Amino acid sequence: MRRRNLEELFFKFLMVLATLIVGGSFFLIVGTIFYKGAPYMTFDMLTKTPGGGFYIGKEGGILNAIIGSMYVAGGATILGLIISIPVAIYLNMYMDGKKFLSNTLRMVFDVLFGIPSIVYGAFGFLIMVYFGLRASLLGGIIAVTLLVIPILVRTLDEVIRTVPLELRDAALSLGSTRWETAKVVLRAIRPGIITAILISFGRAIGDVAAVLFTAGFSDNIPTSLHEPAATLPLAIFFQLGSPIEEVQGRGYASALILTIVVLIITILSELLVKKFYKHKS
Amino acid sequence: MIGYVILSQSGQPINYYIQLMQRIRLLKDKIISKLMLLFTILSVSLVFIIGIGLYYKSIPVLQNSTWGHLLTSSVWKPLKGLFGFYPYIMGTLWVTGIAIIIALPLCVLTSLYIVEYAHSRVRRILMPFVNLLSGIPPVIFGVWGVLFIIPLIQDHIAPHFVEFSTGYSVLAGGIVLAVMIFPLIVSILNEVLRTMPQELKDASLALGATKWETIKKVILRKALPGIIAATVLAISRAFGETIAVLMVCGNNAVVPHSVFDAGYPLPALIANNYGDMMSIPLYDSALMFAALLLFIIILLFNIISRIILSRLERKMAA
Repeated sequence: MRRRNLEELFFKFLMVLATLIVGGSFFLIVGTIFYKGAPYMTFDMLTKTPGGGFYIGKEGGILNAIIGSMYVAGGATILGLIISIPVAIYLNMYMDGKKFLSNTLRMVFDVLFGIPSIVYGAFGFLIMVYFGLRASLLGGIIAVTLLVIPILVRTLDEVIRTVPLELRDAALSLGSTRWETAKVVLRAIRPGIITAILISFGRAIGDVAAVLFTAGFSDNIPTSLHEPAATLPLAIFFQLGSPIEEVQGRGYASALILTIVVLIITILSELLVKKFYKHKS
Repeated sequence: MIGYVILSQSGQPINYYIQLMQRIRLLKDKIISKLMLLFTILSVSLVFIIGIGLYYKSIPVLQNSTWGHLLTSSVWKPLKGLFGFYPYIMGTLWVTGIAIIIALPLCVLTSLYIVEYAHSRVRRILMPFVNLLSGIPPVIFGVWGVLFIIPLIQDHIAPHFVEFSTGYSVLAGGIVLAVMIFPLIVSILNEVLRTMPQELKDASLALGATKWETIKKVILRKALPGIIAATVLAISRAFGETIAVLMVCGNNAVVPHSVFDAGYPLPALIANNYGDMMSIPLYDSALMFAALLLFIIILLFNIISRIILSRLERKMAA
């Protein structure tokens, strides 16, 4: 009897320990980034482009990478939405009675979601070579769009599924066509669409492997789609590899900026989801 | 509007008008539905297009060598056209293996604790942080690895086991990856464990088993398919992770023999060499072959775990 209780106690202790490690890892990471990055945080980081080259220059900031990342993530999310909204509607509203097929398609999107960004990057590179494009903002946007489509489709799909069937039935029974009904549904899920945008943007802004081949890198803010664009994660990666201490420090500060941006986006989307579901129930 | 009023004064035309409108609406519906179908087919076929594209690009290196040779040879001399992926495959396997060995027990214990033991408040506090963790970009994990894990291994862990280590090792890659896959495993296990029928637990407890015995002999057994699915999914995630691993692994193209050796996983190989690949013949083809390899393995693993999970879901719903 005592042995059994001891065993129980032992494993309960292990469980609490594991929970502390899993939960604590978040604080450990964010804490490390803050601790290392905060001393190097200056206003110049946000408002200036690097002086004297990102790799060796000790002056300036990473405005080029911030703007570049916004362009890439924003462009990819918009393009992704244009493709994903119709797909999510089609899966839910035009495939009645084809449950097996629609579920199979959902699984395909789950699988696409699981494909790593380096593969999307390599494939984006193939597309660019095929069309004779160079590493550019456009190339980066294309590769990241491919990356976010599965995320957007699955998020929107989940959101549309929370719309009560009665709403659709009411619209249909009043004589609306399926497309008119879809417009009603789209209006009902507006907060969900914003959540999907946030999730996709957050994923797009943090990704390196997809833009590595496709977007290139530049010390200037891109002015057209055909210019190479710096991105924040890539800037962090390059700066960290520099032998000069100041540049490494700027890398830490850049990491801090990216962490803060992504945390804000994630928290916003979590809050929206919570509000959305509270509203539903 | 004016047209409508004029027409409606004589009874007949309004019928035409309504019919016309109806036809336009139906036509609109039809056109839009075809467009949506097109978008759906295009985005779904992405899986095939990627596979075919990568395979097409790998043909030159495959003609120059065979699958078996590419996968088992250790000779990597791009200038001579020799591409042996064995060290890179082993690097990937070591890093992934270490990550799973660390993450799986921790995540199973955590999920068991928050589902079976803890107050629901613990779950409500913990899960948002797990979600936040899953939102952190890979490159930040890499920075953390360089700043925290590498010194930890170099100064505190490695000296107990080996004479010298820079810290850049498959162990560092494994630890960073383990933390990266925490959220994935915990959230799936949470869902799986929460669907375990209460009657099953009650029956075991009523027979005098302690809570831990119930977990060990009933719940874990019943949840095994879910745990396997989560693990397979986590493996496929870890397989393809690029930048975080690249930053801490040392990137030395030899087969690692201990956890303190440097390794060179496949994704890091692709990421590190894209700059030179266009200037050396066959090199781009070899790197695309590496991407194809990753793609095939991850595709298979994903399909397996998704099938297990959707079966579980259906079983629970029934």
